[in-house]
Amino acid sequence: MSATTAPAQQGIYHKAGSLRSERRWALWTAYLSLIVSAIIMLAPPVYMLLTSLKTSAEVADQSGSPWWVSNPTLENYWALLGNRMFIDFFLNSAKVTIAVVALTMVISVLAAFALGRMRFWGSQALATGVFLTYLVPDTLLFIPLYQIVGGLGLLDNAWGLVLVYPTLTVPFCTWIMIGYFASIPKELDEAALIDGANWMQMLWKIFIPVALPGIIAATIFAFTVSWAAFVYPTAFITTPSEMPMTIGVVSQLIRGDTFAWGQLMAGALLAALPPVVIYAFLMDYYIAGLTAGATKG
Amino acid sequence: MADGGAATLPRMDAPGGASLKRFARRRSTIAFLMTLPLIAVIGGLVVWPAGYAIHLATLNRRMTSFIGLGNFEILLESETFRMVIFQSVFFAITAVILKAAIGFWLAHMLHHIPANGQRKWRGMLLVPWVIPPALSTLGWWWMFEPTYSSINWILNIFAIPSVPWLGEPWWARISVIIVNVWYGAPFFMIMYLAALKSVPEQLYEAAAIDGATSWQRLRYVTLPMMRNIISITVLFSLIVTFANYDIVRVLTNGGPRDLTHVFASYAFQVGILAGNIPRGAAVSLFMFPILAIIAFFVLRGVNRRNKEEA
Amino acid sequence: MAQVSLRKVIKAYEGGVQAVKGIDLEIADHEFVVLVGPSGCGKSTTLRMIAGLEEISGGDIAIGGTVVNDIPPRDRDIAMVFQNYALYPHMSVYDNMAFGLTLRKFPKAEIDKRVTEAARILDITPLLERKPKALSGGQRQRVAMGRAIVRDPKVFLFDEPLSNLDAKLRVQMRTEIKKVHQTVKTTTIYVTHDQVEAMTLADRVVVMNHGVIEQVGPPQELYHHPATRFVAGFIGSPAMNFIPARIEEASGALNVVMNNGTTLAVPEERVARYRPYAGKQVLFGIRPEHLTDDKTMDKSNLAPLSLTPEVIEPMGMETLAHFRHEGTEITARLDPSTPAEVGKPLALIAHMNQMHIIDPTTDKVV
Ligand SMILES: Nc1ncnc2c1ncn2[C@@H]1O[C@H](COP(=O)(O)OP(=O)(O)OP(=O)(O)O)[C@@H](O)[C@H]1O
Ligand SMILES: [Mg+2]
Repeated sequence: MSATTAPAQQGIYHKAGSLRSERRWALWTAYLSLIVSAIIMLAPPVYMLLTSLKTSAEVADQSGSPWWVSNPTLENYWALLGNRMFIDFFLNSAKVTIAVVALTMVISVLAAFALGRMRFWGSQALATGVFLTYLVPDTLLFIPLYQIVGGLGLLDNAWGLVLVYPTLTVPFCTWIMIGYFASIPKELDEAALIDGANWMQMLWKIFIPVALPGIIAATIFAFTVSWAAFVYPTAFITTPSEMPMTIGVVSQLIRGDTFAWGQLMAGALLAALPPVVIYAFLMDYYIAGLTAGATKG
Repeated sequence: MADGGAATLPRMDAPGGASLKRFARRRSTIAFLMTLPLIAVIGGLVVWPAGYAIHLATLNRRMTSFIGLGNFEILLESETFRMVIFQSVFFAITAVILKAAIGFWLAHMLHHIPANGQRKWRGMLLVPWVIPPALSTLGWWWMFEPTYSSINWILNIFAIPSVPWLGEPWWARISVIIVNVWYGAPFFMIMYLAALKSVPEQLYEAAAIDGATSWQRLRYVTLPMMRNIISITVLFSLIVTFANYDIVRVLTNGGPRDLTHVFASYAFQVGILAGNIPRGAAVSLFMFPILAIIAFFVLRGVNRRNKEEA
Repeated sequence: MAQVSLRKVIKAYEGGVQAVKGIDLEIADHEFVVLVGPSGCGKSTTLRMIAGLEEISGGDIAIGGTVVNDIPPRDRDIAMVFQNYALYPHMSVYDNMAFGLTLRKFPKAEIDKRVTEAARILDITPLLERKPKALSGGQRQRVAMGRAIVRDPKVFLFDEPLSNLDAKLRVQMRTEIKKVHQTVKTTTIYVTHDQVEAMTLADRVVVMNHGVIEQVGPPQELYHHPATRFVAGFIGSPAMNFIPARIEEASGALNVVMNNGTTLAVPEERVARYRPYAGKQVLFGIRPEHLTDDKTMDKSNLAPLSLTPEVIEPMGMETLAHFRHEGTEITARLDPSTPAEVGKPLALIAHMNQMHIIDPTTDKVV
């Protein structure tokens, strides 16, 4: 860099050399940062996995390294899978999540199409309203909703969750679907209009197939959010048989003072499995959904 | 030009008697019907409960009489609640700054390595965001467990004494922040990475030809191009972090001695567990003004971004 | 029966922009009409009103003798080809073409027959199973046309269908469109801002400017007898020269006198027409191809003049010379063998048979 006074040719060689070493340095820094952060990011789930493979005796034994399993066993998993209560958690989560995802996608696709493509009095204000409700956190609403759900007699009932979860999913899904629909060129619906499609045909035969990646992203979002929801079930559900996974594992697998750590970790991992599997297989859609909120909106 | 006026021409009526005007009106009606479920969700499950919360907050414990701002006054006088305000603000600001910084750094590092390796790293680094936070926090809780702490075990290897992670208020606060940063930094990384990828390569080349060092390229090209997405992400994360419940609930549940409560966990404690619904509603309503201010700035950022892109 | 008539059609957008200010136009059955004009003059708006994609603010539009103002697009029996093709990306070429017929509940066999026939006309039979993404620009353009053809509508509407193609393909597709029209003979309204496209394709050209029609006529008529200064300047490339000059009378004959004193004699048969302007300031309009050193074209009514070129552009088959004369740009088209040089006065000939006189107060061609 300081070779400006040196003869031209030498200067060029010198610079090229320093440029290459600078690049190499940058690359090493990058890899080092990534390796360190990947270790930190993956350590908790890995440690959970290790613990889940240990017997209670091995967990309690403090002579060896906690980061090592000497006698791996699946007994914690078998115990959980044979546990009626745990199976109920899973079924409740599945039931609530599937219902919420279906409800959310119908509501938000219809609304996004109408808001983005049909334009009517107040549609712009409503679109802004959708975004604002997305910013309202569930912890602001759970107390009044507790009263409302209670008034409907749905406390302690998984279906009560189906009623309130859309507050978590619908605004964001509508918002990103508006974005995806907006990226479809206007000529496409004009062509469909001339070809003789009515609004429903246009939505069903053109918009939904063309915006399929967006639909998948929104579905994944709705799924993960419903599966991971914690505040509402914690507030509304107290009977174990009605609990979904998250609160079930957190509240019911912790019993007394001597914790069955291995089983607790196995339960947490099993509960986390569906979103993780979806992420593993549909990572690109998952990430598209995440970033769509900020880049499309 | 033509013989005869328009009057002599037969006017064709559309089948079903739909004129183009009526067609437009019908379009509005259909559109409105299609948004009706959305309006029901927003109105019935967000707007109405929000208004209802305000009403609840003005009642006495048995919800029999109106006490005005009584709940808010009592809260503000209580030492514990003042602690909650401090704790929430401290937690949100510290965690968001750390998440933003770490996320930015990681996004940069990821952007620098060859493109074919990026997917793999990105996939690994996003794992904390994918696991439901209540469950991953359970894992952290176990790693912080006083007797068996696997983190302390590692620290001890380096001759660092064991840390009372959840037993001592300041350490408990730090633990909550650590878990939140661990959970949220990957999200920032993904957002920033998307933004970085949208900066045209030519801009860097032009800057390099103009003689900018890598630091200057960051300062004068990358940051200005990403300013909007950075601010939107930060503001959005502020809201979510500020209103966080899962991590505090699982990790400390407000302890030790109610010193690590944030708004959400305290509202839960007071409203649901202790059964004082109005007081609990008042606690969570304290979040509202702060959130509204942040939301205002988010919306402004989003609008500005839309205008730029239009 | 598919003539199209526009009667005093007005379009005012919300926000007050009046994009179309009352146009009258009669288009005969089987006719190929091209709307041409500068960007923003209201061509697309007019076409979209005919399609039913924009509401009509005033006046009437009739297709096949029926006023369609209130008919939604799908019942107007029209087909439209868009600039960006607007092919449905998730459907194969076959399905793209069949879509309109499927929605109209045509029997399968009929759909198949029509699609196959259209594909044959357009030479896209091997592409039928592909998705639009796997097609080149020209192929997409053909599919878009195929989608219009299979419907066998009363009217074809084209909105700048070739402007996304590269120059070579554009010429090729232009011919293709003309061929298709000769085959199917459907009434066609075609929007473009490219005057070459307009001239080559049209039975009649409609020149629009600022939301009004400046002139309607066959291409040759617009070229030789422009009605207004706008049309005179818009049609023809390079554009017509407009030179400020005076008409002066000298012993019964008329002369065009340029500001530097150059005097050009007006042909005898035009003297009567221009006499009212004697002594007045006018614009003398002459196309570059009629201001030349080439004496082979037309022997009568040649007027010599001398100008000093500022820029010379050799183009191969011709050479363009640009002059500056009293603040106006003048272009002449030279024989490529002429040894023209920048800064050296050049002897030119104005073909006064092809001259135009424009009244600067009305901008009309006299
Ligand atoms: N939806 C709209 N709202 C308001 N004004 C519009 C709208 N669409 C077009 N305009 C305006 O109407 C005028 C005519 O537009 P139009 O699209 O018809 O022009 P055009 O002749 O097709 O131009 P181009 O060659 O650029 O396509 C323009 O001034 C344009 O700005
Ligand atoms: Mg146009």
